Amino acid sequence: MSECESTKQTVVALVENKPGVLNRVASLFRRRNYNVDSLTVGRTQKPHISRMTIVVDTKRANVQQIVENLRKLVNVIDVRHISNEPHISRDLALIKVRTNDADSYNQVTEICERYPARIVDMGSKVAIVEVTASESVVEEVIEKLRPIGIVELVRTGVVAMGRGTRIHDTQYEPTFGVPVNGTSNNGVLI
Amino acid sequence: MLLSGAEIIMECLLREGVDVMFGYPGGAILPTYDAMTKYPQIHHVLVRHEQGASHMADGYARATGKVGVCIATSGPGATNLVTGLATAMMDSVPVVAITGQVGRAAIGTDAFQETDVTGVTLPVTKHNYLVTDIHELAYVIKEAFHIARTGRPGPVLIDIPKDVQNEKIEFVYPEGEIRLPGYQPPNAANDDDVRRAIQLINQAERPIILAGHGILMSGAVGELRELVERAQIPVALTLLGKGAMPEDHPLVLGMMGMHGHAATNYAIQESDLLIALGMRFDDRVTGNLKTYAVNAKKIHIDIDPSELNKNVKVDVGIAGDLRTVLTQILPGVEAQQHQTWLNRIRDWQEDANERDILHTYDGTGMIAAQVINDLWKYTDGEAITVTDVGQHQMLEAQYYPHRRPATLLTSGGLGTMGFGLPAAIGAKFGRPDEEVWAIVGDGGFQMTLCELATAAQENVNVNIAIINNGFLGMVRQWQEIFYEQRYQSTPMFNPDFCKLAEAYGIPSKRVTERAQIQEAVEFARRIDGPVLIEFVVVKEDMVFPMVPAGADLDKMIRRPKPTERKK
Repeated sequence: MSECESTKQTVVALVENKPGVLNRVASLFRRRNYNVDSLTVGRTQKPHISRMTIVVDTKRANVQQIVENLRKLVNVIDVRHISNEPHISRDLALIKVRTNDADSYNQVTEICERYPARIVDMGSKVAIVEVTASESVVEEVIEKLRPIGIVELVRTGVVAMGRGTRIHDTQYEPTFGVPVNGTSNNGVLI
Repeated sequence: MLLSGAEIIMECLLREGVDVMFGYPGGAILPTYDAMTKYPQIHHVLVRHEQGASHMADGYARATGKVGVCIATSGPGATNLVTGLATAMMDSVPVVAITGQVGRAAIGTDAFQETDVTGVTLPVTKHNYLVTDIHELAYVIKEAFHIARTGRPGPVLIDIPKDVQNEKIEFVYPEGEIRLPGYQPPNAANDDDVRRAIQLINQAERPIILAGHGILMSGAVGELRELVERAQIPVALTLLGKGAMPEDHPLVLGMMGMHGHAATNYAIQESDLLIALGMRFDDRVTGNLKTYAVNAKKIHIDIDPSELNKNVKVDVGIAGDLRTVLTQILPGVEAQQHQTWLNRIRDWQEDANERDILHTYDGTGMIAAQVINDLWKYTDGEAITVTDVGQHQMLEAQYYPHRRPATLLTSGGLGTMGFGLPAAIGAKFGRPDEEVWAIVGDGGFQMTLCELATAAQENVNVNIAIINNGFLGMVRQWQEIFYEQRYQSTPMFNPDFCKLAEAYGIPSKRVTERAQIQEAVEFARRIDGPVLIEFVVVKEDMVFPMVPAGADLDKMIRRPKPTERKK
């Protein structure tokens, strides 16, 4: 596990909420042959700013190169290599597990009690477990559930935030197209 | 003032100081072509293929340092620009490309001549825009020029739907600052880095400067010269760095790398300090990275932070504007001599001189090195030369020493065949008072020879030197060395180039012997307008020295000395 963690680095980017920005970032990673473990993007408290959390495998490229290349993108406002500082990171998984007998149901319940996980949907044959935790804990839960019978699984990818009062934000206000409700002026999110 | 989008484009170009643009009309850009009739201050040059337009804008930009502008219609017009944009991107050349796009309502419907141009050009532009709101148009154009010319320059594309060009709004030019929160090119170095760089420079015994394109682009020619002369540091040039220092200066060693001078490559390998200025350690410059200048400390100054430690790990990496940073460093640099080191380099140079084909050639036919060296002689070494890509390009770098910045224009990073002729046309528009020569091979010339018509229509005073060996010469050279002379697809059938010129009404001469070169060059220089000179050279010539791809920089294939040959 520690070996795996050492090559995974988390980078946070504040980007303009404009059409094509996700494409630019994805294109950069493909073109430079960087290995993306996960990339999440979502709105922030400011409608014109989106925030990306990118987990990269740095076996092939050093993280400083990745950060500098991200900074070169005109629509990327600020980039931080967050693995270097105290931070909180969370991954969310929805895991559909076979629970068609009492034994498996009990096992799932037990796992949910021991981990930050809960059953969010319960049917006669399957249950959906939601787990929100650091990436490694999510992996643990998945491994515990695997013998019971996972039939479907989805993960959001990691989101991360630095701890304390070092705020990652921008004062930038756009001239044009201040988006309403998280969509840009022509209605396309990212 | 109520203006259409098309008129706003022209107004904005005027305010950016654009006086010429290179392009080709078509459906989706027609409103802008119609608006051109109201703006005679901006001369439009009709090309014969959009690739030519992008290379002309590039050549104009390289020759002037200003932003070159090209314009094309949607779909095929725009995709034809791609090679030129990629060329400009790799060599950090400021170009703005304007393309028409299908109407907003048709975007995404696979309409006639629709292409996702911002998608296609994403990796080959510094930035690009699709303008879907006419209110943003003037801001976007202003931003595009700013992005193209500042920081590490590069091409920017603006895709403008036809209905945005037709829409009318009350136009107010956006005066005031450009606000780009994610775009702040670095400028000065921090004091600590400056101090460390100075210390390394003052302590070095065998220093060498690697001067690249960045010297020219940041206007640091004077600062470089001061550093070189005060500390007596020899200077190696990248291909695009030619002109950063006069090549007849005793401390200038000339080009480095795969086809660089042997003395230059030896000096790099034996140095104890590399001072890399505005260059990016391209693989054609370093050879095998594992053995590259292993005993040298390294200082790297470049405007692009992502270039630092990309290929070569450095001891002091400074992201900043070269001129600014050199100005910070200079006050701390002590006067030095480095006599032993310089003598050592002289020995290598003398050895190389003995092997120089200009002195050792005893064959019968004319060779390309003679043509280029004579061209240098008969143009007083003062012409702007614009090359294509291949053997003639490397020979130009070896045998046409330049004294002034921006007098060699060549596609270095992308190595774009077909660049020479159109880029030379663009360069002549930018620097009409200069003598401009396109030096091209018979292969590359035929990739964009349609631009002969452009040269003729505009009566551009550009001289075209075709170095004709009937082969794709550089590929043939590799086949000879690495593929046991299997000349697959490199011998060329060529047209009669002089008759071809005649068909365009362009005067021409064919030169087959060295004794005819001077007269032909003088003939070309006398005529106002395009002239084509075909130099027929021996078919199977080689460019040496040569570092085989991936080999150590000092493991060059070299010509033997005459004394060695006789054994």
